[in-house]
Amino acid sequence: MDSLPGYNYWIVILLMMTGLYVVMSCRNLLKKIVGLNIFQASVFVFYISIAKVSGGTAPILKDGIDVYSNPLPHVLILTAIVVGVATTALGLALIVRIHGDYDTIEEDEIEAEEPEG
Amino acid sequence: MEQHFPVLVVLVPMLAAPIAVLFARGGLAWFLALASSLASLYMSAVMLLTVLDVGVISYHIGDWAPPWGIEYRIDRLNALVALLLSGVSVAVLPFARRSVKKEIALERQYLLYTCWSLCLSGLIGMTVTGDAFNVFVFLEISALSTYALVSMANRRQAHLAAFRYLVAGTVGATFILVGIGLLYMQTGTLNMADLAERLPAVAGTRPVIAGLGFIIVGIAVKMAMFPVHGWLPGAYSRAPVAVSAFLAGTATKVSAYLLVRFTYTVFGADFTFGTLSIGTPIILFGVAGAVVGSVAAMHASDLKRLLAYSSVAQISYMGIGIGIATVEGLGGGMLHVFNHALMKVALFMGVGCVLYSRGSASLESFSGLGKQMPIAMGAFTLAALSLIGVPGTAGFVSKWYLVVAALDSGWWPVAMVIMVTSLMAVVYMGKILERIWLGQPSTDVAHEGRVPVAMLSMLYVLAFANIYFGLETSLTVGVVLDAARELIGQGG
Amino acid sequence: MHHHYVLRVVSKILIPPILLFALYVQFHGDFGPGGGFQAGVIFAAAFVLYALVFGLAAAREVVSDTVLRIVSALGVLLYAGVGIVNMLKGNNFLAYNNLAVDPVAGQHLGVLLVEAGVGMTVGAVVISLFVYFSS
Repeated sequence: MDSLPGYNYWIVILLMMTGLYVVMSCRNLLKKIVGLNIFQASVFVFYISIAKVSGGTAPILKDGIDVYSNPLPHVLILTAIVVGVATTALGLALIVRIHGDYDTIEEDEIEAEEPEG
Repeated sequence: MEQHFPVLVVLVPMLAAPIAVLFARGGLAWFLALASSLASLYMSAVMLLTVLDVGVISYHIGDWAPPWGIEYRIDRLNALVALLLSGVSVAVLPFARRSVKKEIALERQYLLYTCWSLCLSGLIGMTVTGDAFNVFVFLEISALSTYALVSMANRRQAHLAAFRYLVAGTVGATFILVGIGLLYMQTGTLNMADLAERLPAVAGTRPVIAGLGFIIVGIAVKMAMFPVHGWLPGAYSRAPVAVSAFLAGTATKVSAYLLVRFTYTVFGADFTFGTLSIGTPIILFGVAGAVVGSVAAMHASDLKRLLAYSSVAQISYMGIGIGIATVEGLGGGMLHVFNHALMKVALFMGVGCVLYSRGSASLESFSGLGKQMPIAMGAFTLAALSLIGVPGTAGFVSKWYLVVAALDSGWWPVAMVIMVTSLMAVVYMGKILERIWLGQPSTDVAHEGRVPVAMLSMLYVLAFANIYFGLETSLTVGVVLDAARELIGQGG
Repeated sequence: MHHHYVLRVVSKILIPPILLFALYVQFHGDFGPGGGFQAGVIFAAAFVLYALVFGLAAAREVVSDTVLRIVSALGVLLYAGVGIVNMLKGNNFLAYNNLAVDPVAGQHLGVLLVEAGVGMTVGAVVISLFVYFSS
């Protein structure tokens, strides 16, 4: 897709704004977690797409290949993915508890019960 | 052994956590948390003394030289913050033992202390590391354990508060990640000292400016600066009170340190505050935060929520200090980081003692306590006076430097705002003090008995520290001003 | 799911290869995509499949909560332990070179051990997450 240079950045922006919009505007707590995941996925795409070197293969050592893509962002994103998984798990566990407390996971209904916030 | 202190100060609390999980006993977990905090306190004190001598300590993880390897880099600022973090942990843990026994079910107490040790390890790791991505990793370690800590209270609002904190904190941390990625894209390195060297060449390009923006906004979310402070009142007021005391003295302080580290060291003071004038929006948001926080504190009726809003205002002072970008401004801001931790932790522990003995932290339960717990309320009063900024207390010293810095740089409206919000602090602290000393002991609030000595003793120690560091300022002010000179001199 | 014969038979055939594949991914982290986290998740997926088809009670008999707790703690301790051994031998934290006579062999051994620690912890934690959410 050489006709649209930097198309990876457009995808990153699309995903990031979608994720942020979902986090901010959805009233259902579970959808907020989904939005958070979309937002984090955009960051993963960002890091990995900047790691690509033109003409480079996957960063796995093999005889006869000279040009590799940059392996460092791949490693950074592995860590970030684990962090994202842990955050999602913690968020979901909290949602389970909130459901046990309030019998609902819609934020407007919860806010009706908790005026102070 | 001493050469390994930069990594041991992070590793020892981190080891306390899996050992505590292995045995799953509350008492052992508490003991491990306390022992590791004491060890970290000792190690950060030694590192501070070393740094005052030699300047900078550099430790190469894995024996890989920077910038290829991860480097732990300790200078005056880090060492002081690391000392503060482990000190707060040591101060609150004896208090926490009794307070947690009352608030949390027995079989889950070891989980709280496990998360405590992980949180401390993550916070100290953020402080001592010299690698930008390592900052993100430790940031998430501490953040996830903080969310778990806040949610452990038995109240149902605790889960909601922790969830809101989780969403806000994750967005903030991910912003920081994006910023680091943009910096890496332009310079090819993650080591903060190396970034500082390579950034001037690409400083004008859009990714770098966008990176700075993302990083500052992300840190502002974690630091609870206006207008992204919304998670803080809920989280501090719903968490177990020992957790509130611990977090009030540590979590936002480390984020303030991170702001200084990124804007002054990585990007350089000349670029951030000179070319881009980022100082102005930071100061303006700080002013707004100070006003909003103080006004909200004046209207709060639950003590923990009042102290949380007061924290928003105090953190805004730190932001103002960082934004003013002169030696006194930055020094005043960082000094306030240290002093505010002393005051807020003491105040939360005072509230915790009342909560323990009266069962409620509302304003009414403080009525007439001056007659029933005079020494404890005396300590609480000292901490309150320090929050207001009465001369002779630690709070006065940092506010003095902030006001002087504001006047010297021509930001005299800011100096006025600091004084007006201090008057508001007189109002909201004053109404509590009036209840304590002049109110009638109320009879309808449950009397649970005497507060244990363990809980009271650390309260006294911290209240005394407020007075000590208010009168004997050479250590803290000296270190902080030297650090500020060093950071501002490193511009560009 | 007990009376779905096809599911039961197929999962009985598949679960051992899934576990083996997890071990393969774990040890090939050096030479290809893989490593501790991926292997831990695949390992946990085998247990999740077992729990889904045969019931949570059966899965809990295989791996109890105590085992999960201990394994997850031991993984972290293994990782930190490797670093501490390096420090005791005189170099910095996680300087794998001194684990064996030859530095390259030392690096191999160091990475193998820390990835094993990561795999243990991640596998145990993901299984306990599933157990928590399904009970």
